[in-house]
Amino acid sequence: MKQAKRDHPTPPAWATAILRMFCSAYLIDEFEDDLNQLFHERVRSVGIRRARWRYIEDVFSLLRPLLLRTKSSNSRNPSHIDMLRNYIKIAFRNLFKNSTYSAINIFGLSIGMTTAILVGLWVWDEISYNKYHGHYDRIPRVMQHQTYNGVTNTTIATPLPMRAALQNEHGSDFTYIVSSSWTRDYILAFGDKKLSRKGNCVEPDFPLMMSLKMLRGTAANFANPTSALLSESVAKALFGSEDPLNKIIRIDNKRHFKVVGVYEDLPYSTELREVTILLPWKFFLEEEPWVKRSETNWGNNSFLLLVQIAPNTDFAQINSKIRSIKARHAKEEARFDPQAFLHPMSKWHLYSEWENGLPVRGRIQYVWLFGLIGAFVLLLACINFMNLATARSQKRAKEVGVRKVVGSVRSQLIAQFFSESILIASIAAICALFLVQILLPFFNQIADKQIVFPWDSGKSWLLGLGFTVFTGLLAGSYPALYLSGFRPVKALRGTFQTGRFAALPRQALVVVQFTVSVTLVIGTVVVLRQIRHAKDRPVGFDRAGLVSVAINTTELQDHSRALLHELRQTGLALNAGKSSSPTSEVWSSDASFSWPGKDPDQLGDLGTVGVTHGYGQTVGWQLKQGRDFSNGFSTDNLGMVINESAARFMGLKNAVGTKIAWNNEQYTIIGVIGDVITGSPFMPIQPTVFMLKEDWASFIHIRLNPALGSRQALTRLESIFKRYNPGSPFEYRFASQEYALKFSTEERIGTLSTLFSSLAIFISCLGLLGLALYFAEQRQKEIGIRKVLGASVGTLWQMLSKDFLILVGIACLVAIPVAFTAMRHWLEQYTYRTDLSWWIFVVTILGALVVTILTVSVQAVKASLQNPVKILRDH
Amino acid sequence: MKGTYLGEFEEVVLLAVAIRTGDAYGATIVLEIEQQMGRTVSLGSVHTALHRLQEKGLVKSEFGGATGERGGRSKRLYLATSLGRRSLEEIRQIRNQMWDTIPKIAWS
Repeated sequence: MKQAKRDHPTPPAWATAILRMFCSAYLIDEFEDDLNQLFHERVRSVGIRRARWRYIEDVFSLLRPLLLRTKSSNSRNPSHIDMLRNYIKIAFRNLFKNSTYSAINIFGLSIGMTTAILVGLWVWDEISYNKYHGHYDRIPRVMQHQTYNGVTNTTIATPLPMRAALQNEHGSDFTYIVSSSWTRDYILAFGDKKLSRKGNCVEPDFPLMMSLKMLRGTAANFANPTSALLSESVAKALFGSEDPLNKIIRIDNKRHFKVVGVYEDLPYSTELREVTILLPWKFFLEEEPWVKRSETNWGNNSFLLLVQIAPNTDFAQINSKIRSIKARHAKEEARFDPQAFLHPMSKWHLYSEWENGLPVRGRIQYVWLFGLIGAFVLLLACINFMNLATARSQKRAKEVGVRKVVGSVRSQLIAQFFSESILIASIAAICALFLVQILLPFFNQIADKQIVFPWDSGKSWLLGLGFTVFTGLLAGSYPALYLSGFRPVKALRGTFQTGRFAALPRQALVVVQFTVSVTLVIGTVVVLRQIRHAKDRPVGFDRAGLVSVAINTTELQDHSRALLHELRQTGLALNAGKSSSPTSEVWSSDASFSWPGKDPDQLGDLGTVGVTHGYGQTVGWQLKQGRDFSNGFSTDNLGMVINESAARFMGLKNAVGTKIAWNNEQYTIIGVIGDVITGSPFMPIQPTVFMLKEDWASFIHIRLNPALGSRQALTRLESIFKRYNPGSPFEYRFASQEYALKFSTEERIGTLSTLFSSLAIFISCLGLLGLALYFAEQRQKEIGIRKVLGASVGTLWQMLSKDFLILVGIACLVAIPVAFTAMRHWLEQYTYRTDLSWWIFVVTILGALVVTILTVSVQAVKASLQNPVKILRDH
Repeated sequence: MKGTYLGEFEEVVLLAVAIRTGDAYGATIVLEIEQQMGRTVSLGSVHTALHRLQEKGLVKSEFGGATGERGGRSKRLYLATSLGRRSLEEIRQIRNQMWDTIPKIAWS
């Protein structure tokens, strides 16, 4: 090899390649000849090494603007750079020449891209949920399946002894095991400052396991049972600029804790973002007697159990080991077939719903849904581009023909059209970035997100670039491949493609566009109707002017009777009462009720709410049978009011007077009320019993006197509460607000799908407008002649609009079964659901046709109103 | 003389073109200059100079016949024009004139 090289020395190939890349083709031969001759001379005179070196020097000396710019009249092969420059020049000329089409194209594409970017950011945010935690992929929570009355329920609540059992029997499989209370409001007080913030009671390993970033202090000090950790924002709110370390704060107006550390706020896209205070588990254990009692009770599923699995094991292995742990330890629970399993943190957010022991749905379906919609909206915008480009192909056919005759090969034409479409896509992408920047805050609000555009991440720029090129290629693919295939002779003679099927691909694309749009619109209408349907459902109580306040301190607990009395006395409240659950929720249930005629296999599982006298009147529930609790009957302490669902569940025709056994006592049903919506308004109502249990109370409900303005009433309410409950800030909730929260997920979906489907229809119409504009222009002469011969505006309008209407009609026919199947599937997840009535489809189709006619008619009418003399003379 | 002003390197290149009349192109000009002046010149600077000389009308180029040396391809050959010859002569004449007017006592 070396020998050969010496005999036939060669110049460095890479230098030649560089020359070829930059140099005008007609000069290359001359330069290369010179270079080669000099090289061979020099090999002889100064040796190969110097010769090669001089060769490289010469190549670079040739790369000077004067020589590269040189044009020759007898140019044979322009370089790639020349061609690209030419393509871009032609592209810009085309853009400006047809400014209407360009505007339609760029506007449509940038809207499509904006949607795709927003959806992309949303999807990215969803799938990277919880990734803030360092051991994100090793942390699961322990959950269990249990089967009652033939139905398997899955819950994240576990019994407390589970923790000890895991530690003792499988300790080596876990790095950390941490019990936690549920997230609830705590009152924090420092000096005069009082705040109400959410937090958990957790075991000391929690900060390490969740890799909380400590800004002040160390997590190790949290092991002390009188210490507390605060998040950055809480520390700031409580201490301002003071150093929070070692300050003593009072929690819930009774216990003191020393602040031993401050951790960085958990980002919005974490499940635990609401946890802003961490208190010791010991506090929870000592504070609540029922927790202490639960330490050995396998029957009380009330605790959150988080673990981090050891490095040498995996989820499946541990799952198989711990499945039957509860049944092994608690024989009496075995009849519910309890099965423990680990639910990894990576799935908390997206896969969170179970049905009969199997994971179903969850947010992942929305990730897919919106991802798909985003892709579709972008596709619609690309179709616009394709359609306009192919429609205008007749005008450019001559250009293609000339290029081909002069010697363009197909690949060059494809390159031309692709560079044109990528140019347009780049302009659109820049517009889209601006739009995203403007729309992001608004989008965050409706999507309940805190997404920031990743300007500083190189990866996102790279992705954006790839995305733009991809869009350009997608949008330009059809024109590039279609236009470049013209036969030059036919194209130049002007006889090409007048056949019946020339427009077929374009028509197919319009059908695709409108199929997608109409499907989205039908979907949106169904979603909105479903929300409306659930909102129209009888709520069972009166929400107007009903305010709830949580009983959060012992003072309030102790003085609540006097407080209620004063509220009624002063005329501030029409009525007031207390209960153990918020008005539209049921927080506890018990499975040990029994009644005459109960099937021994049936589990007496009923929701339980403790109320006081006056509660019923305060919330305004509707009695169907019997009476409300009354001060006049001392026996009411063992009385029960049940809801209609409970009466149905127990199979009681005349429920009043029936004796119910519970907790070793005999209760009597005194009244039946109409169902109150608790839990999801889309689901069946939980059978519930109400009993007089003042000691369970955790909420005060007040029906404000409508004679007072609500602002005035609230101010007075605040002063009364401040007097009875000085240790706590006054916080209240309107029942109507609380109830409205139940719709938040569905309303969010409703808003987003309204947005997307309007965009889809808008982009499709934009495309239609472009096509109508083009055809009206194309057929100007024909229109002129027709008018001269006596055609009316009406006939011409019909002629120009008919084709489009047929296409949209076909699209509607395709969309109906697609939308019907998809929406029936979506509705199936709701027990309380609207029907898919035929009118939804009819109205949507009529709407689509009307919008089409409006879009097309503007152009059609304009074209048919023109003066035929002018048109015919001009041509 | 505007437009036909000759830079030093351009003059050298023009001279080389004249020397190699009938065989003057990039490589031969480079070799000629290197041989005569004993200094290295780059191909790019020679082509640039040729380009400028052509613009000023001092050289012209035409495609010459094929030779075996260059694989049978025709090549562009440069020729000094009469204008080119005149401007060389003019330079030489001015130089001579200046030489002649140097007084004898100038060299000390």
